[in-house]
Amino acid sequence: MNDLEPHSAAPQREPLFLERDTYRRRRLMDAAGLLPFVVVFLFSIPLLWSRGDEGPAVSVVIFYIFGVWLVMAIVTAIVSIRLRDTTRVLQDDMTGHAPE
Amino acid sequence: MSQLNLVIIVCLGYVLSLFLVAFFAERAAAQGRAGWLRSPIVYTLSLSIYCTAWTFYGAVGNAARSGLEYLTIYIGPTIVMFGWWWLLRKLVRIGRTQRITSLADLVSARFGKSNALAIGLTILAVIGTTPYIALQLQSVTQSFEVFAVAEFGQRGENSAQTGFWVALGLGLFTVLFGTRNLDVNERHHGVVMAIAVEAVVKLTALLAVGIFVVWGLAGGLTETLARIDASELGRWDVRPGRWAGLTLLAAAAFMCLPRMFQVLVVENEDEGHLRTASWAFPLYLMLMSLFVVPIAVLGLESMPAGSNPDMFVLSVPLSQGQNGLAIFSFLGGFSSATSMVIVAAIALSTMVSNHIVMPIWLHSTGSGASFSGDVRDVVILARRLSILGVLFLGYLYFRVSGGGTALTTIGLVSFAGITQVLPILIGGIFWRGATRIGALSGLAVGSAIWLYTSFLPSIGSGFAFFEALQSDGLWGMSWLRTDALFGIEGMDPILHTLLWSLSLSTITFLIVSLITFPSPLERLQGAQFVNIFQHTAGPRGWSGGTAQSEDLMVMAQRILGANEAVALFEREARMQGATGSLPETNPEFLERLERELSGSVGAATAHAMVGQIVGGMQVSVHDLMAVADETAQMMEYSSKLEAQSDELTRTARKLREANTKLTRLSVQKDAFLSQISHELRTPMTSVRAFSEILRDTSELSQEDHTRYASIIHDEAIRLTRLLDDLLDLSVLENGQVTLNRCDGWLYELLDRAAATAQGAGSAQDLDIRRTKSDEEVWLSTDLDRLTQVFINLIGNAHKYCDGDPPKMWIRVSQDADQVILEFADNGSGIAPESRELVFEKFARVADQKAGGAGLGLAICRQIVRSLGGEIRYVSSDTGAVFQMNLPVTLRFS
Repeated sequence: MNDLEPHSAAPQREPLFLERDTYRRRRLMDAAGLLPFVVVFLFSIPLLWSRGDEGPAVSVVIFYIFGVWLVMAIVTAIVSIRLRDTTRVLQDDMTGHAPE
Repeated sequence: MSQLNLVIIVCLGYVLSLFLVAFFAERAAAQGRAGWLRSPIVYTLSLSIYCTAWTFYGAVGNAARSGLEYLTIYIGPTIVMFGWWWLLRKLVRIGRTQRITSLADLVSARFGKSNALAIGLTILAVIGTTPYIALQLQSVTQSFEVFAVAEFGQRGENSAQTGFWVALGLGLFTVLFGTRNLDVNERHHGVVMAIAVEAVVKLTALLAVGIFVVWGLAGGLTETLARIDASELGRWDVRPGRWAGLTLLAAAAFMCLPRMFQVLVVENEDEGHLRTASWAFPLYLMLMSLFVVPIAVLGLESMPAGSNPDMFVLSVPLSQGQNGLAIFSFLGGFSSATSMVIVAAIALSTMVSNHIVMPIWLHSTGSGASFSGDVRDVVILARRLSILGVLFLGYLYFRVSGGGTALTTIGLVSFAGITQVLPILIGGIFWRGATRIGALSGLAVGSAIWLYTSFLPSIGSGFAFFEALQSDGLWGMSWLRTDALFGIEGMDPILHTLLWSLSLSTITFLIVSLITFPSPLERLQGAQFVNIFQHTAGPRGWSGGTAQSEDLMVMAQRILGANEAVALFEREARMQGATGSLPETNPEFLERLERELSGSVGAATAHAMVGQIVGGMQVSVHDLMAVADETAQMMEYSSKLEAQSDELTRTARKLREANTKLTRLSVQKDAFLSQISHELRTPMTSVRAFSEILRDTSELSQEDHTRYASIIHDEAIRLTRLLDDLLDLSVLENGQVTLNRCDGWLYELLDRAAATAQGAGSAQDLDIRRTKSDEEVWLSTDLDRLTQVFINLIGNAHKYCDGDPPKMWIRVSQDADQVILEFADNGSGIAPESRELVFEKFARVADQKAGGAGLGLAICRQIVRSLGGEIRYVSSDTGAVFQMNLPVTLRFS
């Protein structure tokens, strides 16, 4: 029956402050959660530019969009790879309501 | 050999190699050597089925028509992948822990396993996917035609035939590798491997064409950029609303398309793969879209006016005489089309067979799922028929629609259709308040609006009825016009559909959810889905057969005992023909193990425990209820056992007490026998001796003669008294006593008894203290017997009381119709170990003063009992106390 216990166990009280390593991992998770908003923001910027004949040349837009794409992929890769160790340690408390 | 024949041969060779790839991947997986099949890269590549022929060919066409707008189709999924932490991670976790087999399964499971929702979603998915499959068939036939036109200068006559053969071939492949095994996890290693290979082929093909265009045709990067800026696409001119809307549409479709859900969630082997895919797949998409604009611009420049921009990827290299590149490019497009069709057919067939065919079949046979082999066959057959059915529908749509519409438009219609799932999907996994009724209503509203404003116009362009709908609205009501609902005109058609369907379905879903009440199962599932990270202990990676066996072994040892478990596992391993001591965890073994364990812990518990280790599956409500039942039964049983054992303990204690008493009695009896022999022998010796003297001595004086005779007489009286006592007791014990009732005052009896006892008493006088007024009780009983008891008690005190001076208190009190008498003295009382025995026959309290035969108190008790009363010894500090209850009036029973 031990296997079933985690489902019914009362929620444990988590500590208010965390050790340095755990703290870093928590911030990494925050970063992972933040990424899509940054991407949406960056991909929306070209919509603010003027269009038609007064607007920038398409090659500039292409450079911008693909540049954002590449940089964000690299950033995501860094965050995701560093998160690799995290998920194993913090299996249970990746709920977002984490102590600081 | 003609160009077209070469294309056909290469194409067949390619298909054959795909068969081989799938075959070897399946075999490797079956032999457990599938480690490399489960790498995150394969997972990432399998996601590339998002890029279909629509993307491969259509992106260039789209770019040629609307500039950079084509990027939205790639940016949407890119944002979703970058945001994997929020949504995909949760979806994948839910899919793995709940063993979700399809999108419909997920939604129906979330809303209390609602079959209605599953059916609705399945139908929506089939309707939404059919045009998309048609689109793939169309692109393959069109690409064949490009070669035919290049060779014969005209359009081939047999496009329908080509489409048919392509559909049939794909159907065959899908049936072979998509329904080979009926895996509980619905994972298809062969298919996933094949589409990973196809992903590489299509990417390299598009990159090759792009590199040729940029460096071979345009003459370098700067030259290309200059030509792009100079072309008609050279200005940044997108409509922001359409840009945002299409990005949202693509993002939603990426999660909701049945085929994407299949590769993202169902075929996922390890949650960790998502981390790699989160950055690798956006890179893949970026590369796929990198050369689209150059190809479009150079195509527009170099190709004759009026040529189909959707086919530039193929026609540009062909027109430049790059036949090898063109064939490679054709293979890329072919790969895009086939991989999409295969996965879509698998995903749809899973949904159709699980949610439509099986319920109907089970209902019609009415047998339930008791014959497992039977059902397996039916499921596989249903899958195969569904695959063929889906492909046939796609082919039919392709034939009916005539393949005339631009590829992009059909793709967007499909996307918009499946996007209707988005509100209930997101709501379902983030909001516990979402209810089944709410989800059904939201889905119905969204689907209806999509069908009316988007799907019907897309297929009905040739029919008068549909055209009337578009211009005049339903039943002539202009506010119901298919492209201007509620009279708002001038919107882009796809935005129009998206706006109204998503907003109205979301509102309906929310409001109905707020006012309805979910069933218990819905609430339970809702809590499990929304709080999935609290309910599951981390990502449970695929751990392979051996690791699972070891876990099972550890568990079995705990339950069955070490030796039994080892023996069981070795026996199973031998039966499977394995060499080691650990068997493979196949269903038969698990079933037997479960049965074995259920003998110890109950069936439901065993099922849950094995399930926990093997599948990471969730325990269902029914399982939990069964476990609870078993536990309750066990608790009841154990409490019964406890009660029984308590009773046994009590009985054993009583028996021990009885045994001790018996032993003591036996010792006393022995002691008495020697005592009674002694008692009988002493007077007998005197009688014999004196009678011999009388007989043999002639010159005895008269005085001596008289003395000796009276000694003999006294001794004979003593003997008689002893025998009388024994007889008396025997009579009393056998209940044969005849009681002689008389009336009299209690104090008279006591007076008499005291006088008698004192008269026969010893040297020392006993001081008897009485309260005469209490003793004025009129008795109606056997007074003689009662006096005998009193005499005995007073006599005992007389004999044994060692107080100085000896005193006795006789206290009398009355209670209702009872009189209570207490005979207390100031002696040392009776030793505790003898108290229980004083009323037994032959009991002698003190050895030092051998008086009687030890029958007095036994006779007293028998008399008092026969008079309807009770006598007992009361322990006290001050001496011996005998208490007696006696009814005032004797009742004859």
